[in-house]
Amino acid sequence: MQPRHDWPGEVYRELVAANVRLVGYVPDAGQKRLIELCQADKAMRAVPLTTEEEGIGLAAGAWLGGMRSVLLMQSSGVGNIVNVLGMVKVCRFPLFILVTMRGETGEFNPWQVPMGEATARVLDTMGVAVRQAGEAETVAAHVRAALRIAFQAQGAEAVLVAQKVIGIKSFQEQANQ
Amino acid sequence: MKPNLRRREVVKTLLSNRKNLLVVAGLGSTSWDITAAGDSSLSFPSWGAMGQAAMTGLGLALAQPTRRVLVITGDGEMLMGLGALATIGAQQPANLAVVVIDNERYGETGMQATHTAYGVDLAAVAKACGFRESRLIRKESEVETLREMIHAASGPLFAAIKVIDEKLPIVLPPNDGVVLKERFRKALLGPSADVLAEKP
Repeated sequence: MQPRHDWPGEVYRELVAANVRLVGYVPDAGQKRLIELCQADKAMRAVPLTTEEEGIGLAAGAWLGGMRSVLLMQSSGVGNIVNVLGMVKVCRFPLFILVTMRGETGEFNPWQVPMGEATARVLDTMGVAVRQAGEAETVAAHVRAALRIAFQAQGAEAVLVAQKVIGIKSFQEQANQ
Repeated sequence: MKPNLRRREVVKTLLSNRKNLLVVAGLGSTSWDITAAGDSSLSFPSWGAMGQAAMTGLGLALAQPTRRVLVITGDGEMLMGLGALATIGAQQPANLAVVVIDNERYGETGMQATHTAYGVDLAAVAKACGFRESRLIRKESEVETLREMIHAASGPLFAAIKVIDEKLPIVLPPNDGVVLKERFRKALLGPSADVLAEKP
């Protein structure tokens, strides 16, 4: 299903324009289309991870080897990367994370709420700059700005896509994504 | 069976005549081991991010498919990131080798037993995850064979090498992460390591 505003397509085109060649991900329903676009691109390698933490090592190794990479994850995954963000900070590795939010407007699963509420603060605490994309129309611009800082200034950047942009309100809707 | 291999000698053998080998070491003892064998700009010794050595090696191997990449890490470090073996198995990087220097101890925290001391078989895990070749090594002659395979065999390759649980003098690599990163990139990538030169 394609969202009303094709923000995943726009984000994919930003990744291509920024010469991103490696995409680590733990799937989220909200990023289904973006993951599929990356998988379909023969110049990109999409790497499924068993936990988001693996994506930090993957990104660090790729940068050591001269390749640009990004990470895609759900907000719960931010909780899985906290300690290893220390390596990103101390080595000044470029980092770009696209986070789709859970635990916000319309959340049907209360177990998603605590990490969703803490996501931005956790990233900020570990030195990752947070950009909140509250509307589908603004996601690509945030992504473009964050990619530039990540790769040109070796910054650590996260773009948080609000749950209302994803618009999942029930297990049924999630299953239909 | 009590191990008789000594970790510093094992690592020295693995890194002898290393040619263009790119090396990532896990935090703690294996970082001291690769430094004792001779520090190099093309070595990235970790001081933290426990559990990420194998994944750092995977990122490097995917970015540099024509170079050989060797991850040298400890059993405790590998156990913390065991999922990486599944991720590497799924990606099948032919140029990646992961070698665990297995003393069955957490060496930096008081030599407490790790799971491998209780029989957990890392080489069997790697094999089950789809590594093309996976070995449990106890003999010196097998270490030399492994060194040759790291340079020539089609990977992903895994080995767990059982070593004596000895406490050795620490040989420190540089601890500034930016220095370690920049020296590696400059040695590997030359002028294109300059961030501004990487505009798409």
